[in-house]
Amino acid sequence: MNVITDSHVEGTDEHEDHGLSDVGYIKIALLLAVLTAIEVLTYFVDFGVLEVPSLLILMVVKFQIVISYFMHLKFDNKIFSYLFITGLVLAVVVFAAMATSLVFWTDPAGCDAGRFC
Amino acid sequence: MKARRRLPLDNATEVKTSQLAYGPTEWDDYDVPPLTTGLSNEKMTMWAFLGSDCLLFASLISTYLLLRNRVGPDTEGSTAADLFDIPFTSVSSFVLLMSSLTMVLAVTSIGRGELERCKMWLLTTAILGTVFIAGQVYEFTGFYREGLGFTTNISSSAFFTLTGFHGVHVSLGIIMLVTLWSLISRGNIGAERAETVEIIGLYWHFVDIVWIVIFAVVYLIP
Amino acid sequence: MAITEEPPLILEIESGETKPSTGAFARPTNAKGWRAWVFTVDHKKIGIMYGAVAMFWFLWGGIEALLIRSQLLTPNGTVLTADQYNQIFTMHGTTMVFLVVMPLAAAFANYIVPLQIGARDVAFPRMNALGLWIFVFGGIFLNLSWFLGGGPDGGWFAYAPNTSVTFSPGAGMDFYALGLQIAGIASLVGSINLIVTIINMRAPGMTLLRMPVFTWMILVVQFLLLFALPVITVALVLLSMDRTFDANFFNVGMGADPLLWQHLFWIFGHPEVYILILPSFGIVSETLPVFSRKPLFGYSVIVISGAAIGFMGWGVWAHHMFVSGLGPVSVAAFSATTMFIAVPTGVKILNWIATMWGGKITFTVPMMFSISLVSMFTIGGLSGVMHSVAPADTQQTDTYFIVAHFHYVLFGGALMGLFAGMYYWWPKAFGYKLNDTLGKWHFWIVLVGFNLTFGPMHILGLQGMARRHSRYGPEDGFDFWNLMVSIGAFVILIGMIIFAINIVKTWLGYKAGTIEQSPADPWDGRTLEWAIPSPTPEHNFDYVPVVTDVDDFWHKKYQKDENGKLRKVADGNAIAQLGDQHPHLPSPSYWPIVLASGLPLIALGLIYTLWLTGIGLLVLVAAIYGWSLEPHTDPDAGHAHGHDHADDDKPDGDDSENLIDLPKDESTEEAPVG
Repeated sequence: MNVITDSHVEGTDEHEDHGLSDVGYIKIALLLAVLTAIEVLTYFVDFGVLEVPSLLILMVVKFQIVISYFMHLKFDNKIFSYLFITGLVLAVVVFAAMATSLVFWTDPAGCDAGRFC
Repeated sequence: MKARRRLPLDNATEVKTSQLAYGPTEWDDYDVPPLTTGLSNEKMTMWAFLGSDCLLFASLISTYLLLRNRVGPDTEGSTAADLFDIPFTSVSSFVLLMSSLTMVLAVTSIGRGELERCKMWLLTTAILGTVFIAGQVYEFTGFYREGLGFTTNISSSAFFTLTGFHGVHVSLGIIMLVTLWSLISRGNIGAERAETVEIIGLYWHFVDIVWIVIFAVVYLIP
Repeated sequence: MAITEEPPLILEIESGETKPSTGAFARPTNAKGWRAWVFTVDHKKIGIMYGAVAMFWFLWGGIEALLIRSQLLTPNGTVLTADQYNQIFTMHGTTMVFLVVMPLAAAFANYIVPLQIGARDVAFPRMNALGLWIFVFGGIFLNLSWFLGGGPDGGWFAYAPNTSVTFSPGAGMDFYALGLQIAGIASLVGSINLIVTIINMRAPGMTLLRMPVFTWMILVVQFLLLFALPVITVALVLLSMDRTFDANFFNVGMGADPLLWQHLFWIFGHPEVYILILPSFGIVSETLPVFSRKPLFGYSVIVISGAAIGFMGWGVWAHHMFVSGLGPVSVAAFSATTMFIAVPTGVKILNWIATMWGGKITFTVPMMFSISLVSMFTIGGLSGVMHSVAPADTQQTDTYFIVAHFHYVLFGGALMGLFAGMYYWWPKAFGYKLNDTLGKWHFWIVLVGFNLTFGPMHILGLQGMARRHSRYGPEDGFDFWNLMVSIGAFVILIGMIIFAINIVKTWLGYKAGTIEQSPADPWDGRTLEWAIPSPTPEHNFDYVPVVTDVDDFWHKKYQKDENGKLRKVADGNAIAQLGDQHPHLPSPSYWPIVLASGLPLIALGLIYTLWLTGIGLLVLVAAIYGWSLEPHTDPDAGHAHGHDHADDDKPDGDDSENLIDLPKDESTEEAPVG
């Protein structure tokens, strides 16, 4: 696989080629603050059945924003994304499987010699 | 950097001077060994390390989620969740989030060669990080006073281990930020080494996103 | 390649300020003597040291095995007490996995990968040295337990709460938990280094799909290490917290679930077994083509199946837990995924056989070991597939049937492959071949002994002999086969003694001048490491090799004539580089070994007194600062990862690959060459 790099000149030009200006980053930070405020709102206001999904969605959105913009992954070479996302996806999938196995699929009636479990 | 020409690669005999399978080529004239992807080794290292750290925190978070409500015949004390002060922790979380902003500003400023400004942002980031840690310490001593210590029950062990690991990561980050600040002050790091600041920044942002997950999953989700 | 000096820690003149380096100590400069080894950052010396230390532990792990087999030679054996037996079998497994097979793979990875990709060294030479010394100290630390109250006794898998203080009160398990955390850091550091090296330091023209298969397998292994080690780190930390600080993670009275340990351990443990086998798969993927004089059959398939094994290996871990009370749904799911993972491995076996098929085979010692991997691993793989059928595993688990399976894949697979690598690459590393006759005796005696040892274990297992038991009774009917097994173990010992004699004899002969020096390309090899002199010059390549093909060196020697037949156009030894250039190399450094020494101090402190931990931390911090601030006497000097490194970073992005005008690949349908 021939890696075609969209490499850029490091150093002073970096943030003019891609990435945001300082004002842009401040806007991102404000967005993150707003999202955090909504998250905290769930503590004070009853979201009902939407509470857990909204918290999870907000968490994922904030995560994604920090990674893509503050950590620059959106503008950087794909290799960095592959390195990190592989770890992230593996972490989520493997531990989701572990949690599922430990929590959801145990036999509530318990194991005894008569049943294969 | 010297200009490069396209290389004649039909067979070895076109290579200058000898019959070696791999003789001298224009590649030998480069000032530094060419990197295959053109990407920085150090930056790649940090991203690989952060990918690895995802699994560390995933294990710790899963462990906490599994153990947080478990009771046995010897259990005493409340769970950590019973003692959370969400408004307080929200402020802490906000502080850490803003420290990510100041970190980015440190990186952009050194990218423009503004060393003094970079130092100022680095110091601000370190201070915000310290405020976060102070908040954690205050929170944990509060829990301890209310009877929830590390060894009290399984939920507390899991909680303190998870947040403790995160806190250690933050503290190491603060040390690195202060060291960076001092190295810039002493003139050892300048604009052409902006990448060093960027790499420390990556670490710092990672610590922030781990907290984004912890805050949601440990504190907010009931 | 010409390398210019880069100023250490000095700003460019344009920004108006310059400050001199702040290094506290000058870097060592020794080229000879023990200092040249202890402070080296050269990947070749580091690789040799990994190998030498691993072989020492192999001796010790072998003695532990012989103690086990002496105890089980007869019913109601009296060689070891039950408690001693627990310690011995725990350490046999722990030693062989963490202190033998993994470091042997690291030895080859360190020595060979930079050569195969045409590089001068790895991306971070000092970090490479750090990994080595952390491994050395970690292994010593782990085995200190023998002198300080007894070895760990909970099995290499250390199931909690059996390994908690209540049931394992000695310090042995603390040495285990902390020792493996130390060793884990070594592997993690090494994995990051090799990943960056392989991605970023390949020769011009060497795309990923032109890399040798050994390098590919090492790359997959490094990713497995990168992602699996944190999980066992957490498991060991939780265990240490319980044991040292009274946490409650595995305290059932507090509501703990013992399955948590098992999940965490095996989420690491299963990728771990692929970490153990893939390097050997890579080695035989090198040797089989060379000694069949045929290209590897299905290069891309072998590469992709290696990556597939690495990936799928994350989905099968609970097959180690079929009888732990997981529940039928989990058991069924993991049973299915385990069956699937046999597919990519089977593909590789078929490809290796197809490589040999129709080839012109020379039965050199490395070839013999490689062929034995193919056959012995197949046997082990078949018993593995039997385990994947969960109902059958209910009978097989915790019996010697499992012991037979994993020894066939680990000894018959991983170890045989590693021996193949040793014989194959010995001339490259040391400048002379190991003796062929002694090598053949070594091979045959070990092969026979190995099968005598582990073959009957299948029978014993199905007859119901339980594993991890210190004795069996005379009424069990296991006597005969256990006798055979124990005899087999001593036969293996004889084979290994012959190997040791081979090493010593050839070394002495080489020094005396009675053994001939190997040329650059003694085996008519296919990959870049054979294009440079033997032993490898310190700087590896005189000139950067530019690559246009898989097995590029082979194509420099053999090309198709106008009839499409393969013709030899050059002799490898005639076109190999001469080793006569003298480029700058990374300077040695004190700091890796100093930093590494802090870790066992920290660990000992956690067991005995926190003052030691404090001292260890001070050593660690001092070493980190010394490392970051030490002067560069050479621009290639490596960088510490992460921390406040005040080192020069790589300059502007290099779109070198875009500039290469590469001709299309030649067809690789090659008949064996006469």
